[in-house]
Amino acid sequence: MKKIGVLLAVLALGGFAFAEAAPGPAGVTAIDLPNDAGKTIVLSWPASPLDKEKTFQGYEIQRRAPGETAFAPIGQTAPGEFGFTDQPSEAEDGTKHLVENGVKYEYRVFALPGKGEPVAMGEAAAVAKGQWYNTDRTNVLLGIAFVTSVIVFFIFRAKSGAKLFVRKIAGLEAVDEAIGRATEMGKPILYVSGLSDASDISTIAAMTILAKVAKKTAEYETPLIVPCFDPIVMMVEKEMVKEAYMEAGKPDAFDEDSVFFVTQSQFGYVAAVDGIMVREKPATNFYMGAFFAESLILAETGAATGAIQIAGTDRVTQLPFFITACDYTLMGEELYAATAYLSRDPLFLGSLKGQDWSKGAIMILLILGTILLLISTDAGLYFANLFKTAAESAG
Amino acid sequence: MRREIPLAICFLLGVVMTVQFFIPHAYSQWLLANMEKWLIIIAIFALLLGLLNLIKIHVQKVTRRRRDWVYSIVALSGVAASIVTGFGWGIGAESPFMKLYNYIQIPMQATMFSLLAFYIASASFRTFRARTLEATLLLIAAVIVMLGRVPLGHVVEDGLRLPAISEWILDYPNMAAKRGIMIGVGLGAISTALKIILGIERSWLGGGD
Repeated sequence: MKKIGVLLAVLALGGFAFAEAAPGPAGVTAIDLPNDAGKTIVLSWPASPLDKEKTFQGYEIQRRAPGETAFAPIGQTAPGEFGFTDQPSEAEDGTKHLVENGVKYEYRVFALPGKGEPVAMGEAAAVAKGQWYNTDRTNVLLGIAFVTSVIVFFIFRAKSGAKLFVRKIAGLEAVDEAIGRATEMGKPILYVSGLSDASDISTIAAMTILAKVAKKTAEYETPLIVPCFDPIVMMVEKEMVKEAYMEAGKPDAFDEDSVFFVTQSQFGYVAAVDGIMVREKPATNFYMGAFFAESLILAETGAATGAIQIAGTDRVTQLPFFITACDYTLMGEELYAATAYLSRDPLFLGSLKGQDWSKGAIMILLILGTILLLISTDAGLYFANLFKTAAESAG
Repeated sequence: MRREIPLAICFLLGVVMTVQFFIPHAYSQWLLANMEKWLIIIAIFALLLGLLNLIKIHVQKVTRRRRDWVYSIVALSGVAASIVTGFGWGIGAESPFMKLYNYIQIPMQATMFSLLAFYIASASFRTFRARTLEATLLLIAAVIVMLGRVPLGHVVEDGLRLPAISEWILDYPNMAAKRGIMIGVGLGAISTALKIILGIERSWLGGGD
């Protein structure tokens, strides 16, 4: 015990001595900007006593590259500004200012008084380089790793035959009813997969739901109309619908022209789809995917034609419009759950269960953060900052 | 093979681009920039396919005299006018193409957009009918938020403090609900991406063996 006590005392004293010996922030410092692709050096310096004067002009930054004999001015900051970022730029006359990786640049900073000679603030040198790992995104990496592990775990559990309970989602329960209604009425079904491109995850979710809806329309031989906003989405959806008809054993019922491109103009698309609703009077309208200002125009027109409407979007600002004008609305994550819900495939259900458990973990963290904030503001803020991401980080 | 190769490409690119997100190095940025260029190139070719599809659908409608085929003539005329003026006189500020765009397309788009005002009015009327407790709460919250964000609300600020209450509703209950939905969306997006990368979700592959 005594030895441990001595060791702790030595460590504490060592830490104190280190803290005492650490140099203060005097003079100019130059560092390579962390977590970037390189070619950026950040300079900082303490305030000059001259900075308090009314006539003070600011600070001049000078740089010397290897092989150059003299320093050349590269920029100036206003009074009260104690930092400068040196990065590649191009002047209006086409002159290029370069910062190369792996090159040692020397910097000098001068305070510029209203009268008299510039006063040297100090010198510093730095080498710019690109990093191989963005430390600002460690929390994102850990978060993704955790969620992925949970989802993969439940996928394997589902694969091994475990029974997984999934709560009822009214909007998805109504899909069969809506398709049945259209079949009975002898009217088509309209499927709108949002106004975003194929790289949008909500469009991908909308496309996978279309595959399930198309299989059911194929079984009932109900006409399907799929006007597309994006040509890539159109190509993929055409193949998906064709595959659904083949799976349903009705390849002849597939109409090549049922999935078609309209336009990439937002309100041009709305005009075309509204026209289809008014002319063809579909019995059921599906709006799945990413929607913007046009959501209410589409949904209100659909409601006016008397169609049963099922919407699903992850765009929070558009959800109220769909809730108002549609019979059923899949809110946020329910859009992503639809494939699992409709197919009842154990693998899909496993991923859904993984999502739910991850959400449970997030709820626990939120409660923990709230309790910590109530106990101590510092501890609560420290905890909250662990989950912050550097939005401005490179990449 | 028609399925295995796209699945392998999807898995490889999914993993590579996920790793790329955590690497700020110049090589990683080069990869990202080139992937984005490829996306643009593919989109341009796809747009051509979209245009051909549009022409095919409407030409068929006209030649087979399907219902409302007259509208297809209007659509085809618009496509032809854009192509002829664009290739014939370029797309400069004063070109016929830009005049078509500025004086026909933009006003038509604005007309469609302006319909939103009427639809919002009719949707609000339906939503805010106080028939249930939830609808009544919604009505009260909506009235406070609407009044709190217009000059009238500020006029009576001293007594009712509507702008402050409006801000509170937006910043706390509303923001909490929005964040709840956004957390779910984030998890759903990760799950969907994972299913596609791991090849569990394959419906995007379409038909064929």
